[in-house]
Amino acid sequence: MRDTIRFVRNGKIEEIQNVDPTHTLLNYLRYDLGDTGSKEGCAEGDCGACTIMLGELVEGEMIYSAVNACIQFLPMIDGKEVVTVENISKSPADPHPVQTAMASANATQCGFCTPGFVMSLVAEWHGENRADKAGINDVLAGNLCRCTGYGTIIDAAQDAANDKAPDLINAREENTKSLLAKLATDEMLSLHFGARRYYAPTTESELEALLAEYPNATLLAGATDVGLWVTKQHRELEVVIYLGRIESLQEIGSSDDSITIGAGVTYSDAHYFLEEFDSDLGELIRRIASTQIRNSGTIGGNIANGSPIGDMPPALIALGATLVLGSSDGERALPLEAFFIEYGKQDRKPGEYVKRIIIPTKVTGQEFRTYKISKRFDQDISAVCAAFNVIIDDGEVVNARICFGGMAGTPLRASAAEDCLRGQPWTAEIVQDAMGEMLNDYTPMSDMRASEDYRMQVAQNLLMKFFVETTAPDAPTRIVGEGGIAHA
Amino acid sequence: MHNPPLSKSEIRGKVHKNLAHDSALKQTMGAAHYIDDLPEAKDLLHLYAAQSSEAHAKITKMDVGKVRTAPGVVAVYTAADVPGINDASPVAGDDPVFAEDLVEYVGQILFLVAAESVDAARSAAKLATVEYEPLPALITVDDAMKADSFVMPSRTLLRGDPDTAIEKAAHQISGRMEIGGQDHFYLESHVALATPREDGDVHVYSSTQHPTEVQHNVAKFLDVPDHSVTVEVRRMGGGFGGKETQGAWFAAMAALVASTTGRPAKMRLDRDDDMVMTGKRHDFVVDYKAGFDNEGRLAGVEYIFASRCGRSADLSAAINDRTIFHADNAYFMENIRVISHRCKTHTVSNTAFRGFGGPQGMVAAERLMDMIAHKVGKDPLDVRKINLYGKTDRNVTPYHMTVEDNIAPDLIAELEKSADYQKRRADIIAFNETSPYLKKGLSLTPVKFGISFTTTFLNQAGALVHVYTDGSVMLNHGGTEMGQGLFIKVAQVVAEEFQIDVERVKITSTTTDKVPNTSATAASSGSDMNGKAAQAACQKIKERLIKFAMSHYDVAREQINFKPNRVEVGEHTFSFAEFVKEAYWNRVSLSATGFYKTPKIHYDAENYSGRPFYYFAYGAAVSEAIVDTLTGESKITRVDILHDAGKSLNPAIDLGQVEGGYIQGMGWLTTEELVFDDRGNLRTHAPSTYKIPTCSDRPGIFNMSLYQAGENVEDSIHKSKAVGEPPFMLAISAFNAIADAISSTADYKLYPELDAPATPENILKAISGMTAGG
Repeated sequence: MRDTIRFVRNGKIEEIQNVDPTHTLLNYLRYDLGDTGSKEGCAEGDCGACTIMLGELVEGEMIYSAVNACIQFLPMIDGKEVVTVENISKSPADPHPVQTAMASANATQCGFCTPGFVMSLVAEWHGENRADKAGINDVLAGNLCRCTGYGTIIDAAQDAANDKAPDLINAREENTKSLLAKLATDEMLSLHFGARRYYAPTTESELEALLAEYPNATLLAGATDVGLWVTKQHRELEVVIYLGRIESLQEIGSSDDSITIGAGVTYSDAHYFLEEFDSDLGELIRRIASTQIRNSGTIGGNIANGSPIGDMPPALIALGATLVLGSSDGERALPLEAFFIEYGKQDRKPGEYVKRIIIPTKVTGQEFRTYKISKRFDQDISAVCAAFNVIIDDGEVVNARICFGGMAGTPLRASAAEDCLRGQPWTAEIVQDAMGEMLNDYTPMSDMRASEDYRMQVAQNLLMKFFVETTAPDAPTRIVGEGGIAHA
Repeated sequence: MHNPPLSKSEIRGKVHKNLAHDSALKQTMGAAHYIDDLPEAKDLLHLYAAQSSEAHAKITKMDVGKVRTAPGVVAVYTAADVPGINDASPVAGDDPVFAEDLVEYVGQILFLVAAESVDAARSAAKLATVEYEPLPALITVDDAMKADSFVMPSRTLLRGDPDTAIEKAAHQISGRMEIGGQDHFYLESHVALATPREDGDVHVYSSTQHPTEVQHNVAKFLDVPDHSVTVEVRRMGGGFGGKETQGAWFAAMAALVASTTGRPAKMRLDRDDDMVMTGKRHDFVVDYKAGFDNEGRLAGVEYIFASRCGRSADLSAAINDRTIFHADNAYFMENIRVISHRCKTHTVSNTAFRGFGGPQGMVAAERLMDMIAHKVGKDPLDVRKINLYGKTDRNVTPYHMTVEDNIAPDLIAELEKSADYQKRRADIIAFNETSPYLKKGLSLTPVKFGISFTTTFLNQAGALVHVYTDGSVMLNHGGTEMGQGLFIKVAQVVAEEFQIDVERVKITSTTTDKVPNTSATAASSGSDMNGKAAQAACQKIKERLIKFAMSHYDVAREQINFKPNRVEVGEHTFSFAEFVKEAYWNRVSLSATGFYKTPKIHYDAENYSGRPFYYFAYGAAVSEAIVDTLTGESKITRVDILHDAGKSLNPAIDLGQVEGGYIQGMGWLTTEELVFDDRGNLRTHAPSTYKIPTCSDRPGIFNMSLYQAGENVEDSIHKSKAVGEPPFMLAISAFNAIADAISSTADYKLYPELDAPATPENILKAISGMTAGG
């Protein structure tokens, strides 16, 4: 076992020992190193002022991802390259093309958000390098600017995308690759800091052994939720087990009758796969969160945390997904909806972990839609998230699975509405009846996102919307965003 | 920075030219320093303020004994530890830094912990025993109105006989509208860093728009003379009014710790604390009625405004006054009564925010215009046009100021054409007829915004300019930089005056030991006033140089010409550096202060009468919206803006203000919703719950230009106009476009009772109201 965090920065291997494993990467950069280019705007991964880039060596290629340094725990950078705004150009006389573009497009005002925007754009520059507005909107959904109104930043992004000369990162890439190759190891990172423990197992059997020893350990995947336990709730975590080094949890596969997604697959990796499966599901994942969060957060985490407003469960439940849990006793499979027992309580026994999710492929006559309702289209948490899965044969509803988030203490199926539809003709009248039945299915709450009345009304209306979309496809029903994205 | 080659034909950084923000490149490199970025001293103390959990309660017990002995804690401070006056208010003396025996909002500061780390301070604060005796809490405007709870007396503006005018008019409308507040959400939260100096003096870096006020509050708090406190700010990571008054508390606490421990002390609020502990834009309830003729021309108007001021006065008097001043927007209201209630609630004290009460008045005025149009069956733009102020008659505001610079009719006409308003109106009506679920809406609204502090004495500014013997210049003035580009604009004014490249002008941090007794950088006045003050300082130095040259070279005044980076003196040509060095050798002072006070303004606050504004800034916008009538979701799909910045000092910077202002205003009226629960807890205190616009919310089609014919009729700095606040209110068109789309669900026969912000919930509620109301 190793007790030293090792990572690459600026073409050198850096080592850290004796550090609180829940110390955030941002605080390390700003206050331990004095590299204050990355800013704290919210400490919850929502504003992007702390955006930095992580580089990973994947099959011989460097893959760069923008992430929120404010909620990444320091040991999570082990084995990776860290690139901050200080590391992308040599001097003010020789700025990165993104920096040049931002400055000359008047894309800075107060400038506090600027380094985060720069890093999001540099990551894109090393990734897809999209120059269309829809792409840029998506790249920047997790970077808030309160001054500019974004137009000049979009201009800068487009200018930079068209200015692809090799940059400093390219220049040191071979060196970076060789350094990262040196850091590659199957040896588990194990940190002790006072009573606090941090483990980063590299296999499921190591994980299972650790869970047998620490059945109530905090399981950490992308830190997009657990990170906030520390930065927002100021909780003290005792034993943290990081899942991000276990490759077997990061596999995606498909067969004739199902798709299997490992619990550790990030939203970003799942996005392209599930977008092909269903465009609404793709757009839902896009809208779940910003690029930075999607690069960190995992499908398994969104299920395992048991949130009643997680956006994946309603769609997965409506699709009839199966959840597989693992432990040292072996595997256990259950319908996903059975995992959510009540608010704050899931069917995960001590020592168990979320292993994978299996989604059955679509059948003939199946209509599926999912909708997310929130105050803002991008990077917002749902007031209501809906998923409808109906199989229609010859105008009759053969089966209906309807699931909502935000309507109860857990993601919950609309059983009465489903019963009302099943075996009935797929008509507006029956749909109206089913909308009425939803009053028996749900007693939503009022909070800062929406009132109970709105939640109920919009939930009912979404069923009507689903009906309209499946029966009158020419009627416009989607507020089309930039570049023709049909908001799910 | 090394010396770049001097330009010969035209200086770099002339006024009226596009020039990037002075810190732009540094900002992109993460090398522009904000206060929390400054290197931390080894002995730095970190501060955390413990806050009230109650909205209104007597403190029956507060024991901080265990806090003092907690690990890492160096000192704990309560109200009893304040050497001077326990207050950090702008005007009224009613903002205690530490609660004494009463708390009046959730988040009010109880005591302060100074420790070796923020975590240690925060953990220790939890060890205090605080007991309360709860008192009835008034959270909303309605709560306060029912209880007659006000922070200051209600005010009324009255002109003519509105009651009779409304009653006798051919048509009447009336209604009630709620207008939500807004968090500033500057990306850099409040922060102060204090360092002890000799003799009990203290130096404070404060993220503030008003260093002078912070200085005075800190001095009063510490019971030391003003001269013992220096307050400095190089730049803020956004301000928007939120750092006009509210930074003083944190500066005072940091200064207290520095002066008592002898160690530097930093107080930085995290996002949640910042949102809970500091004030916001006032939310309003407005009851309105109006009478008008068949054409939609107003006969009489009455507004009753009630705003949530929170627990103390802060700037609420002037803010609510500005609501009164802008309840006409650009329209002549001959018979008008405006009643303004300033409600005291048990919530954080609300404060300045871009527009300063004006936007809420203008939202109400624009609601009237649309409702009138629906009542008389005309296009809302036609109703707006016939109600605009005239150029020679119908041109006196309700506060008896003659509108002398009315360009609204011309500007609107130009925008109507460039935005293709009429065709798009027809297209939208056609679309709505064939689209049962999605509806589009369109709205053109103007802006007329009064420029000057309505508190007349604040309309003064100072500057300090040094010319060094190499011809480089140090510029300092009382204005603060929060991203708006003030520093570069004033530097351009100086460069223009001396005819030197702008890189020869050093922009320096705002600090109270260079220019004293300044006003806040607020009321959009920054470049108007500081530009003029800096110009005055330059002119003093220039005059000395000219007089020197006249005698030294024996030439007439006309023979001395400041050309780009050089000075022609008769037959001779000197570089600017040679010229000033010669002056230095001949013992000419190359340093001067400059002072400016805005002319012409006078105002009788008691009677709302006079000329509170030097001039008006104008603009107009056409917004197009699409609304999903099943869910209430909406999107602004296009905006066309024509904005008047006079003869712009820097069009690139000004367009940045226009776009940023529109988007920030759109956020206020659409996605940004502040939610307080019944117990006065703010439930939206971080970006996860409080949603400012993000990149994709920007309308896909965004056409914007400055009004080319614009030129200030007054003697403003190079004939420019203030541009900080006015564009914010262009976004009223976005809100009204959404309302227009909703109106189409009742075939434009009814006008929706849409409250702001137009969240999906408020929109769906308004749609339901249309069908329910029939």
